[in-house]
Amino acid sequence: MDALDLSQNKHADVTMEEKQRLFDEAKSDDRWEHVLYGCYECGICVAACPSARFYDFSPRVIAQAVAREDVDLVYTLMNDSIWDCSQCFSCDRCPRQNSPGQIITILREVAVKNGLTTAKKALEGYGRIIYKIMSTGTQVSPDMLQPDAFPDWGTHVGEISDHLEEWRKALPPETLHTTETSWTIDKKTIIELYLIWHMTGVMDLIKGVDEGLFDILVDVMEERLEEAGYEDVTFD
Amino acid sequence: MIHLPVLKAEDRKHEIDPANAPKEDLRDEIFQLEKEGEWIVQRVPEPYMELTTKYGRMKKIPVEKTWHHKSCGQCGHIPGYSSSIFWLNRAFGLDYHDPTDQTSCTAWNYYASATSNPAAQAAVAMRNFAAAYEVGYFPIIHCGTSFGHYKEVRHALVHQPKLRRQVKAIMEKLGKPFVIPEEIVHYSEWVLAMKDRIAERQVIDMSMITATVHPACHYHKLIEEDAIYDKEIYGAQRTAVITGTLQALGINVADYSTWFDCCGFGFRHILVSRDFSRSFSVQRKIEVMIEEANPDITVTHDTGCVTTLDQSQFAGRAHGKKVGLPVMADSQIAALAMGAHPYKVLQLHWHNTDNKAFLEKLGIDHKQKWAEFEAEVSQIKDGKKEYMTWEDAK
Repeated sequence: MDALDLSQNKHADVTMEEKQRLFDEAKSDDRWEHVLYGCYECGICVAACPSARFYDFSPRVIAQAVAREDVDLVYTLMNDSIWDCSQCFSCDRCPRQNSPGQIITILREVAVKNGLTTAKKALEGYGRIIYKIMSTGTQVSPDMLQPDAFPDWGTHVGEISDHLEEWRKALPPETLHTTETSWTIDKKTIIELYLIWHMTGVMDLIKGVDEGLFDILVDVMEERLEEAGYEDVTFD
Repeated sequence: MIHLPVLKAEDRKHEIDPANAPKEDLRDEIFQLEKEGEWIVQRVPEPYMELTTKYGRMKKIPVEKTWHHKSCGQCGHIPGYSSSIFWLNRAFGLDYHDPTDQTSCTAWNYYASATSNPAAQAAVAMRNFAAAYEVGYFPIIHCGTSFGHYKEVRHALVHQPKLRRQVKAIMEKLGKPFVIPEEIVHYSEWVLAMKDRIAERQVIDMSMITATVHPACHYHKLIEEDAIYDKEIYGAQRTAVITGTLQALGINVADYSTWFDCCGFGFRHILVSRDFSRSFSVQRKIEVMIEEANPDITVTHDTGCVTTLDQSQFAGRAHGKKVGLPVMADSQIAALAMGAHPYKVLQLHWHNTDNKAFLEKLGIDHKQKWAEFEAEVSQIKDGKKEYMTWEDAK
């Protein structure tokens, strides 16, 4: 009898060696031993999972696939499934103390780091957030409240946008009189953030996901670093 | 014949015993690492309050000398949430710090896009903790996502020496101390610990209000052992934050069958798979709350949850769904109960789902209050003042 093949043979063009390499990269993550203890398919994670209700998604299938080291299936899931996860960690109620959510976080990092096409596609439209955080140090800003950015939030967004400047000044906390950032942030603080991303290889990840975005960020960040006296820091 | 002991139902007691907790108490490791010279542990300043966590460990909650780790989404899109937290501190005359030397926790980006890595995430956290330590204030976290993520980072730093040393080296290069706080405290824990003092100063009767509670996933599901539980609230079967605060204010907290469900924020979904977020929050949370509990308001304690539950109802209405339930944070309710201005302090005009009926039920003249707020805005527009101050917001 043939073994059950849930991979659906969808990525036959990718070699088993490559699939194994990516799996091994995930398995070698220092967090792996804390997030996977083996799965006995109770389905408690699926019952709690919001994504399982709306997508063809199962944290149980993912936990099972990695526990069995089915690298073929894991590769399929890395391309088709992992971006449906809500990262809510409702699945941390696992009686075996697995964390399918954190397994997925690790698989996502591997997908991004290795430039999988599906990872790039999943992050299309997300570039503005990456740009916002990496250029301002905050992830969400008041001036993002534009009607075309959140059309399904209704006309209220337009009202806020029309009054943004004065409403932001009509806030008692002194640090919130901003529109381009969530709060007033020191220049030195942003420089420290850039240095962290430089030292931890995050900019390389960005380059793999969106080279255009990377180029824009490099221009912004290198200029600011140079102004702050860091002439020897580049992101090439 | 083998006689097996029979445990009768009445003999089974749900006892919380920290000595037999299924999860470790990370504090032991944290202090041990300090002894070994790995890092500095910033102590919770005195006076502090104590609350019980899930497996019985007591958690220290600072009263004041707090460094307010702000939330991007709160400050950016629902600034009355942050404003109400500060207002509560000011109402009690407490010493706090609202820093400009603070970055985003970057966790929303991390959970949404994975365009980061554990070292970067941990370094961002430790940089912020160092900033708090440098000015002598103890961090208190405004966002549920930041709180859950920093708990996760703390776990990783304790258990992965290689990561810890990498991040320590980064802090050294930045010229910052390598310091971890004794506790990672969420502001809603502070509000809960202060509930009796808040209730003493309550000026708005809320006994006619029914509320549902939505707890943030990253507050009580991620690193579950470090969330607040109380035998007096839900028999310690659910987290006590928010509910304990509302009950202290005389609000009737009503149950509903999807209490444990996520709000549907999804991190990346709220931006790029928006049908999921709005469908989930309306169909699994809002409609269920309205159908089963008929509340006047739903209350939560996280940026993403307030945003998703509040903003999704517009699309729900367009589809003929049963929506129209105002959404607020526990800090906003507590501040309102103590007499804070609904627009100058709570900034309710940033919220989407209409909350005027809720204010009317409390006997608050929202038209008058809006006129007062608009008078402030006019002065700003006319150049008579640059900003509205805390004094103006009284």
